[in-house]
Amino acid sequence: MKPAVFEYHCPSTLEEALQLLDEYGYDAKIMSGGQSLIPMMNMRLARPKTLIDINHIKELNYIRVTDSDIQIGGLTRHYQLQQSKEIEQICPLITEGVKLIGHDQIRSRGTLGGSVVHADPTAELPVILSTLGATVTLASTEGSRTVTTDEFFMTFLTTTIEMNEMLVSVQIPRPSANTGFAIDEFTLRKGDFAIVLAAASVTLDEQGRVKSAVLGLGGVDGVPVILDEVTAGLIGYIPDRNLIAECCNKIGELVDPEPDIHASGEYRRDLCITYAARVLELAAERAIKQ
Amino acid sequence: MTQNNLKNITVTVNGKEHSLSVEPRMLLSDVLRDELGLTGTHVGCEHGICGACTVMMDERPVRSCLVFGVQADQAKILTVEGLSNADDTLHPLQEAFREKHGLQCGFCTPGFLITACHFLEENPHPSREEIREGISGNLCRCTGYQNIVDAVEMAAEMLSKDKKSETDQCTVQAMQP
Ligand SMILES: Cc1cc2nc3c(=O)[nH]c(=O)nc-3n(C[C@H](O)[C@H](O)[C@H](O)COP(=O)(O)OP(=O)(O)OC[C@H]3O[C@@H](n4cnc5c(N)ncnc54)[C@H](O)[C@@H]3O)c2cc1C
Ligand code: FES
Ligand code: FES
Repeated sequence: MKPAVFEYHCPSTLEEALQLLDEYGYDAKIMSGGQSLIPMMNMRLARPKTLIDINHIKELNYIRVTDSDIQIGGLTRHYQLQQSKEIEQICPLITEGVKLIGHDQIRSRGTLGGSVVHADPTAELPVILSTLGATVTLASTEGSRTVTTDEFFMTFLTTTIEMNEMLVSVQIPRPSANTGFAIDEFTLRKGDFAIVLAAASVTLDEQGRVKSAVLGLGGVDGVPVILDEVTAGLIGYIPDRNLIAECCNKIGELVDPEPDIHASGEYRRDLCITYAARVLELAAERAIKQ
Repeated sequence: MTQNNLKNITVTVNGKEHSLSVEPRMLLSDVLRDELGLTGTHVGCEHGICGACTVMMDERPVRSCLVFGVQADQAKILTVEGLSNADDTLHPLQEAFREKHGLQCGFCTPGFLITACHFLEENPHPSREEIREGISGNLCRCTGYQNIVDAVEMAAEMLSKDKKSETDQCTVQAMQP
């Protein structure tokens, strides 16, 4: 099947793109990597009248590291994140997580901005950004605003982005020293979307006790879920397998995933407990090694 | 089909430059097949799942069913037709697929060849497990995976033994005028 007819615009500056977005309003759709939008257009589930292709807006493709954060442009592609040595060194959770996105051919085109705005609850980047406490910057002809991931993700495939806004960048606070990360997911086949996805960050103090820890889950609700109730039980302790398992058992009461054709709610809940324990253990182990 | 919406593009495919007018909604896979007659690139699912339509675009493997033809303006594309040498001798991957029976009906083969070509450039000495992962974005409806993995393994050996292997690299060929 082929996409319906549309008018094609290919701006080369952000300003131009925002003006087009303003002009065409509800009729327009931004196209970034196209790896989620084009399949929908091919099946005519999406029929935008106007397509604003942002692939030539070079100012949206960058990775910048400052003393306090990592700033990534919305058009930065998955493979670029995967290949960035700087990111691997400072925040390996991104490197490891991006490798789990689809396949090489998808990572060639797919972008950070597209993945975040698409807001699939089983996608890796939304869960990673939530786990890392990232913020998202949105721009329109009226100006720009920066929101937390919590304020951004609303529900399945829905965010609080306005019709005339574009995602321009993501900011990730620079992880503190002695932090370990891990991410793992359960998929039916390599490269598929996750059934359940877990990411963790664990920071230890000088004595090897947990100073802070974050657990993020995907595939259990319409948005990435951060379970402070689970990680609170680790604070102040030297992390060990039994303690982590005990904390993760609480997850059973905290999440209530919907069943679908791939897995029942019960099964997903069990997967959450198993994968959460796995990533917390690995993150703690990596924090110790640092 | 409305013709009033055409865009002019210039695209280099397998080293040859083409200037043409395309409707923006035309997928790169259709531009290659219907406009340029390069029917080696196959179309299976048209939503990014099967990998049959994989081509190289500016040195990266992409789904040509998930890129519009207009987006290939000024790009360099390599399709399966560009893999063999000018004198029609086969690329080591093609030889290995023949030797190891890596194709049955052959529908998925062009996508596998392009994917594997890029994969071996990035990872010239892969383990079998890495090969499996490297080709995981391509489906074979004849389920010939075992032999495909064998073929990629054999091609890796051939390419690393071949002193001229530099000239067999996909990107090098795609760049040739
Ligand atoms: C076979 C296959 C497997 C995949 N597997 C995975 C996987 O395992 N994990 C995963 O996370 N993803 C997966 N994906 C999706 C892929 O990662 C996409 O790249 C991603 O979800 C969307 O990013 P994109 O840049 O392609 O966005 P597009 O498809 O271009 O756009 C997606 C949506 O976001 C909007 N949009 C895009 N950019 C902006 C912006 N800057 N500002 C405002 N709106 C914007 C578009 O209008 C559209 O609504 C898979 C895709 C395929 C085809
Ligand atoms: S036809 Fe493009 S991935 Fe199936
Ligand atoms: S050989 Fe028939 S689809 Fe792969």
